[in-house]
Amino acid sequence: MMITVNEQPVYCYTNSRDIEPTKPSIVFIHGSGMDHCVWTLASRHFARHGNNVISVDLPGHGRSGGAPLATIEAMANWVITVLDTLNIEQAALVGHSLGSLIALESAAAHASRIRAIALVGTTSPMPVSDAILDAAEANDHSAFDMLTQWGFSKRHQFGGNRSSGIWMIGNTLRLYEQSGPDVLFHDMRACNDYQSGIEQASRVKCPALLLLGAEDRLTPVRSTQGLQSALSSAKVEVLPGAGHTIMVEAPNAMLDALHQVL
Amino acid sequence: MAASDYPGLDTLALHAGAQPDPATGARATPIYQTASFCFPDSDHAASLFNIERAGHVYSRLSNPTNAVLEERIAALEGGVGAIATASGQAALHLAIITLMGAGSHIVASAALYGGSHNLFAYTLPRFGIDTTFVDPRDPQAFAAAIQDNTRLIFGETLGNPGLDVLNIPAIADVAHRAGLPLMVDSTFTTPYLIKPFELGADIIQHSATKFLSGHGIVIGGLLVDSGHFDWESSGKFPTLTEPYEGFHNLIFTEEFGPTAFIQRARKEGLRDFGACMAPTSAFHILQGIETLSVRMNRHVENTREIVNFLMAQEQVDRVGYPELEGHPDQALAATLLPKGCGAVFSFDLSGGRPAGIAFVDALNVFSHLANIGDAKSLVIHPASTTHHRMDSKALAAGGIGEGTIRLSIGLEDVKDLIADLKQGLRAAGKAAKGARS
Repeated sequence: MMITVNEQPVYCYTNSRDIEPTKPSIVFIHGSGMDHCVWTLASRHFARHGNNVISVDLPGHGRSGGAPLATIEAMANWVITVLDTLNIEQAALVGHSLGSLIALESAAAHASRIRAIALVGTTSPMPVSDAILDAAEANDHSAFDMLTQWGFSKRHQFGGNRSSGIWMIGNTLRLYEQSGPDVLFHDMRACNDYQSGIEQASRVKCPALLLLGAEDRLTPVRSTQGLQSALSSAKVEVLPGAGHTIMVEAPNAMLDALHQVL
Repeated sequence: MAASDYPGLDTLALHAGAQPDPATGARATPIYQTASFCFPDSDHAASLFNIERAGHVYSRLSNPTNAVLEERIAALEGGVGAIATASGQAALHLAIITLMGAGSHIVASAALYGGSHNLFAYTLPRFGIDTTFVDPRDPQAFAAAIQDNTRLIFGETLGNPGLDVLNIPAIADVAHRAGLPLMVDSTFTTPYLIKPFELGADIIQHSATKFLSGHGIVIGGLLVDSGHFDWESSGKFPTLTEPYEGFHNLIFTEEFGPTAFIQRARKEGLRDFGACMAPTSAFHILQGIETLSVRMNRHVENTREIVNFLMAQEQVDRVGYPELEGHPDQALAATLLPKGCGAVFSFDLSGGRPAGIAFVDALNVFSHLANIGDAKSLVIHPASTTHHRMDSKALAAGGIGEGTIRLSIGLEDVKDLIADLKQGLRAAGKAAKGARS
């Protein structure tokens, strides 16, 4: 459905269902340069299991209008405004990469509105290499190439998609290519600049799940120790064989893990 | 890291889509010869039917062996996904019925494989889909033939059998200006010789029976989606952009983004028309693709030697190979097909039909049959076989004469192929002399 947030059109995938006040709500937040399509399997699953699902396109992404937001804090505030617009008092947030930082910040800064968070392919801080930032700023295709290649585990460089017939490398690359000019740069810079993640994590009181790819090369498991310590009650699931693009590389294991907090 | 850091074509040909079998460790892709797949529990079953989980239900819809092949061809072509079908014709049909229904129109090259021509000219009109055939060498002819109800532009990378080189960039531009996708049949070329998506094509069809499998032992087709075409902006494809009652009002572009076309093709066309590939066929085609580069290189080397041999023969009026000086597509071929123009070509014998028949019947190493792309060399007389349903006007439009011979050059020692052709030419000469006397 299309809604209006901050005077801009915003797309929310809802599995063609209306938001029902009696159902628990789950907001899915995509990663840098992506859109709601990365959550299709998961959002269909949790919709059938009695939830309102709201898979958003962040401002300037996918079908949403406006310009990309500059900071993780602004994006978290925007998520809360989306909840306000949909008359949702409380929701669980599932975020991937950039989206995971938005979920983390939302749970810390707007604790009463968030009942659980699942951080998929995450770490904090989330530094972005100069090579990627420079290429993204120049709108150079090599930024898409670097993120696509490093976004998958070594074994998945050759595919092996459990969703039949879909070449995961090509599909991910195409999603990046469909993002507008400067979108990826804004997203990457927001990830890179967000330095308060550990501090904010210590404020999170709701149930939290860290869902990590054992072979993640962008947000490696070893980099998540600080976040794990700060989120003292977090459950941690490390999925063997998966890289950073967990929704594609381990879709079924991800669903099973998400049920721990959703 | 740059684009060149992606695995190369030869590496993808061996590895794309495949992992050692998780159950047994088998390195080769196993043949999952089963109709159905067990569900661990009822919720898992429901989640598979509702597209929540990845997995297999029934081998008409998907199969693990086929899935490896589908990923492999999608990787080799640089697409987002693919479907393995019962034949190349099934792949073409699957694309058409995914994109359009009765009342629609196609603009197609006039130089097509006879089976494709039959589908467009005779069969599809019975279902309300008409086709206008145009000169494949004239991009403006494609533009001029587009109607309000046109939904697809279609051609072959190398026309059959005249080897008209499709100007993919120019025709893709024509198609995209009209909000239409360009689909190409790349059977003759394979991703070793040309990458149509990099040139602007949106959908690729292969008869995998030919060079991809490479050994003449299997029938199969592949349909590949580039993921580039913007179906929503076009506004001409409600099957992809509007709710589909056959799947709980799913809107394919909304839920699947770049893979909307190939997802709809699987979830409707493959489900309902059922022209799926047998897993054993997928296994055979995978084995062929593993050696694609090695074979295609040798196919082209042998072809060039035989083309040069035939060019020197007095009995040969014309050799139609785009690398030759004087071929109308020589410059275009040099640009689009720098590795070679494939291993199928035609030539005209002086003496017309009697000479052609005598030539074919005299060959010994070449096999007389209706196929191309075998490791073995093949020969056929198109006017009396593959294109026999076309009248003389349509034959001429496709570059086919009464004495035209089509060869598919295999991997034999080229000296033996040339020796075989020499004795065929002797027989043809006698037949031509007899016909005159």
